[in-house]
Amino acid sequence: MIKHLLSAADLDAAAATLVLDTAAEMASLAGREVKKLPALRGRTVVNLFYEDSTRTRISFEAAAKRLSADVINFSAKGSSVSKGESLKDTALTLQAMGADAVVIRHPASGAPHRLANWVEGSVVNAGDGTHEHPTQALLDAYTMRSRLKRLAGLNVAIVGDVLHSRVARSNVQLLHTLGAKVTLVAPPTLLPVGVGAWPAATSYDLDAVVPDSDVVMMLRVQRERMNQAYFPSEREYARRYGFDVPRMRRLPEHAIVMHPGPMNRGMEIAPEVADSPRSTIVEQVANGVSVRMAVLYLLLGGKA
Amino acid sequence: MVDRIAHQILEKTSGAAETVLLGIPTRGVPLARRLAARIATFEGAEIPVGVLDITLYRDDLRLQATRALGHTEVPPGGLDGRRVILVDDVLFSGRTVRAALDALKDLGRPRTVQLAVLVDRGHRELPIRADYVGKNIPTSIEESVRVSIAEHDGTDAVVIKNRGAQT
Repeated sequence: MIKHLLSAADLDAAAATLVLDTAAEMASLAGREVKKLPALRGRTVVNLFYEDSTRTRISFEAAAKRLSADVINFSAKGSSVSKGESLKDTALTLQAMGADAVVIRHPASGAPHRLANWVEGSVVNAGDGTHEHPTQALLDAYTMRSRLKRLAGLNVAIVGDVLHSRVARSNVQLLHTLGAKVTLVAPPTLLPVGVGAWPAATSYDLDAVVPDSDVVMMLRVQRERMNQAYFPSEREYARRYGFDVPRMRRLPEHAIVMHPGPMNRGMEIAPEVADSPRSTIVEQVANGVSVRMAVLYLLLGGKA
Repeated sequence: MVDRIAHQILEKTSGAAETVLLGIPTRGVPLARRLAARIATFEGAEIPVGVLDITLYRDDLRLQATRALGHTEVPPGGLDGRRVILVDDVLFSGRTVRAALDALKDLGRPRTVQLAVLVDRGHRELPIRADYVGKNIPTSIEESVRVSIAEHDGTDAVVIKNRGAQT
């Protein structure tokens, strides 16, 4: 197994499948009375969060605690970062405290890669800027596999703000590795330059893609990262790229609708769709804990 | 040998009522299934069979590369208040059984826990003994004992050989 999880591209098909299989075993823990395993007793996991997060941070914390690791939560607000401490000095502090793993979220793309050179423990990328979010891709793949029983050959449409989405980047990599066919659907302004080199098809027309999709993954419109006008109006965006009830009706019978959260209800996804049985949004959060347990166990469980 | 264990179990538990067999992967699982089948033919009693993966409870987890997890399966009805018989192929140091006891404690509270093994080869490192033994095979610490099970290895056999010897 690899030492760090920085990018979804770090995993080949065998390693990714191992993570998903391990997660499936970890999931059986949720039904038990004692939701704890002793695998990481005495190990320390630091959650280093430079960006706001509910789901990911709580999910990593729950995962580490269920494996009996000690968890230290660090958020940039209220730490020495506001006094001007650099990432490197923070990293050296963590190193001195003996962190076995650092889970990092950072607004700058590539921060986890830098950190991996400074600390001795494992580094897990929990989202860096607009670059990657590998554990989200793993939990999405896990959710697809548990709902649809396979991944190879699935048609997956990833719809919306691809430009700013680390979730989309990681998902394209991982789903390609696992044999699914990905189509990115977005207005031209929200597709990144060089998207032609990605292992995915692209389309500007959501309605043309929907009838052939096994999975539709809606992305959040990341207004906090938008420093210019990418589309004329929110109403127009919702009309053309929002997932509403008529579009849901045109999906194949078995197809599912995913969203990594947090949602803009009424913008990229209609509330009726988000709360429908086809939506896996709550399931994705539950699966996130199992998948992150699997990742932490596989990175830290054995001999360093 | 499996017949022998099955008879021992029936004798000692007077009919194996309220009993659950838990196989320890890999080879304890088919053994537990066979034991249950034998008990069913001898006594007509259906005994639930489960699987107990102990990977995460091993005391040498950290000394080796990360191991893949096995599947744990608790039979319907759970373990609380029942007699749990752990089933494994070879009893050696006793560390696997210790890990199994730890794993069991997180799954429920059985009334009693017993241990059935196909082969007891001695050299215990912990205060653990088996309740039902297919065969005691005194061995030297240099030797290795390998049990093959048809469901898993294609053939039934117990092979003892010198460690490091050529096959």
